[in-house]
Amino acid sequence: MKLFDPTPDKDTIMYAKGLKMWFPLRRGITDIIKRRPRLYVHAVDGIDFKIQEGDVFGFAGESGCGKTTTGKAVIRLYDPTGGVVGYKPRKKLLEEWSSMGYEPPMDEHGYVDLAKIPRKYTRPLRKELQMIFQDPYGTLNPRFTIFEILEEPLLIHGIGETREEREDIVAKALEAVKLVPPEEFMYRYPHMLSGGQRQRVVIARAMILNPRFIVADEPVSMLDVSIRAEILELLLDLKRQFKLTYIFITHDLAVARYITNKIAIMYLGKIVELGETRRVLENPLHPYTKALIAAIPEPDPRNRLRLRDIPIKGEVPSAVFVPPGCRFHPRCVALDQNPQLKPSCTQKEPPLIEVEPNHYVACWLYAKK
Amino acid sequence: MSTLLEVRDVKTYFYTMKGVVKAVDGISFKLNKGEVLGIAGESGCGKSTLAYTIMRLVPPPGKIVGGEIIMEGKNILKLSEEEFRKQYRWKKISMVFQGAMNALNPVYTVGFQIAEAIMYHEGLSKREAMARVYKLLQLVGIDPKRAHSYPHELSGGMKQRVMIAMALALNPPLVIADEPTTALDVVVQAQVMNVLKKLQRELKMSIIMITHDLSLIAEIADKIAVLYAGKLVEFGTAEQIFLNPQHPYTRGLINSIPRLRGDIKKLEWIPGLPPDLSNPPPGCRFHPRCKYRMDICSKEEPPVVEVEPGHYVACWLHAKK
Repeated sequence: MKLFDPTPDKDTIMYAKGLKMWFPLRRGITDIIKRRPRLYVHAVDGIDFKIQEGDVFGFAGESGCGKTTTGKAVIRLYDPTGGVVGYKPRKKLLEEWSSMGYEPPMDEHGYVDLAKIPRKYTRPLRKELQMIFQDPYGTLNPRFTIFEILEEPLLIHGIGETREEREDIVAKALEAVKLVPPEEFMYRYPHMLSGGQRQRVVIARAMILNPRFIVADEPVSMLDVSIRAEILELLLDLKRQFKLTYIFITHDLAVARYITNKIAIMYLGKIVELGETRRVLENPLHPYTKALIAAIPEPDPRNRLRLRDIPIKGEVPSAVFVPPGCRFHPRCVALDQNPQLKPSCTQKEPPLIEVEPNHYVACWLYAKK
Repeated sequence: MSTLLEVRDVKTYFYTMKGVVKAVDGISFKLNKGEVLGIAGESGCGKSTLAYTIMRLVPPPGKIVGGEIIMEGKNILKLSEEEFRKQYRWKKISMVFQGAMNALNPVYTVGFQIAEAIMYHEGLSKREAMARVYKLLQLVGIDPKRAHSYPHELSGGMKQRVMIAMALALNPPLVIADEPTTALDVVVQAQVMNVLKKLQRELKMSIIMITHDLSLIAEIADKIAVLYAGKLVEFGTAEQIFLNPQHPYTRGLINSIPRLRGDIKKLEWIPGLPPDLSNPPPGCRFHPRCKYRMDICSKEEPPVVEVEPGHYVACWLHAKK
């Protein structure tokens, strides 16, 4: 039985090993008096993955599965609770750190462990790792012009000495996201733009420091269908042009199929299935992935004549009191059909098992002695 | 099949400080008994306003300024508010509101909120009404004990089903569902859609399903109306719309949906933006974004043409001058 091994190879740009992100719950006064232990939301609860340079690596799952938390934790918008996030930095980043008098923690493969960098030294990371946020209506300051929004990262990182220089850089970024002519957009406010144009500004803001790794968190879910495709194509264009690597977070598997080449399906803080996108979606192996795919509506008018059979029961449990063993077992239909697996499923957490080349599943159904 | 509802040239305008926004501008269609009509369109195309118009719940500064809505031979736009409220709203036409999760009152149990409509309309006691509530909850697949829960104690999918139960409380022949599954996860969405489909069949009711998601419409609708900028651009059966779309806008919408199966085709999109409805472009409202536009498109509004039986299109490509 071969298990998933996140050890980096020559093209790996980022890997995670046992990455955990827990959020503490507030304790009330009675909890403190009664000395009840602090409780945690196990948003991301020990995940492994490996991203190669040039990948569009998808994280998919329902709300609350930890996909956004993973994206934010790996680029250090959060401070991970545990685990390793190995990242192969550019020379420039290492130089900047050494000029700050900082020696980053290296693992045995020569990767910097992002999870262990103190807050003081995370700022230079922004020139390499960036994020595109979901809501183009909420993430742009309504009191800033587009120029001011895009200028801010330049000011923070001391790029461009004069205003003219910065205007130049901003204009180039706007051109890259096809907001042309840039002069026409630079001095407008966000409310004067449409949703699609705003999302382009959000993308331009992520691009302006010339990063090489971008976490795109549901970048099209708030947009109208007719312009989604345009934004997806823009993201693919930018990736080719600037040799980017993406983490693409989405709940929409059809979108994931279009844009990602690898995908990790998450459930309640764990990766349950991992592999090449087409393979995973065409031949889903985990009972949860199967249910997820069975539930997706498709534009085929014959669908109205049948009820959908969704092989799943119950509801997502709380991420505070995670079910023991395989955390999917209380909802698993496959377990009902294979009662002999009950001891493993309810007691032991399944590892990611390789079922076919590069296709991993965390399910005891596929474990062989 | 007999006609349940006929909408004729309905116009709903919003009188704002910046001018008149023509959100629904002359829409006509017919809905048969027991049929599901899907209304598709992007944000701001007037689909929700159309729903509120049928419910006569258009919020100010909006006003229904023209047209007729015929139900059971009566123009329900002509009734007084009192008559409409007593005889039609909720009794004959009810609605599952958008963002149902927030449409429930947090300080009452969900059971009471369903019972309220039954008590007012049918003069039943609370005990009698609650007996009906238990049955309704069972119908939508919720444990009747949950009637005594408050909204915050239920999950999103359950709240949505409570909203559906509420819409069914008086057993109306027509239910309008305005984006009934937005903000729900796919698995829960599919479960809610199953509930709707099952109920529609069992109770033989008509549904007007409003959504921006064409895939979701394919899951339930027998007929489909595509709206663009306050106008109906195409109307037909589900097969006609999905397999033989005629309006360039409908085609663009269908080709912009990424698919889960089959070959990965390069997605198309519709360049440009929907127009400002307080100042819509002259002629066909879609012409600035249309790749087939001709001279006439920017001058005259296209008439609605029947291209095959039951399939209507408003486009100069099909109309003869």
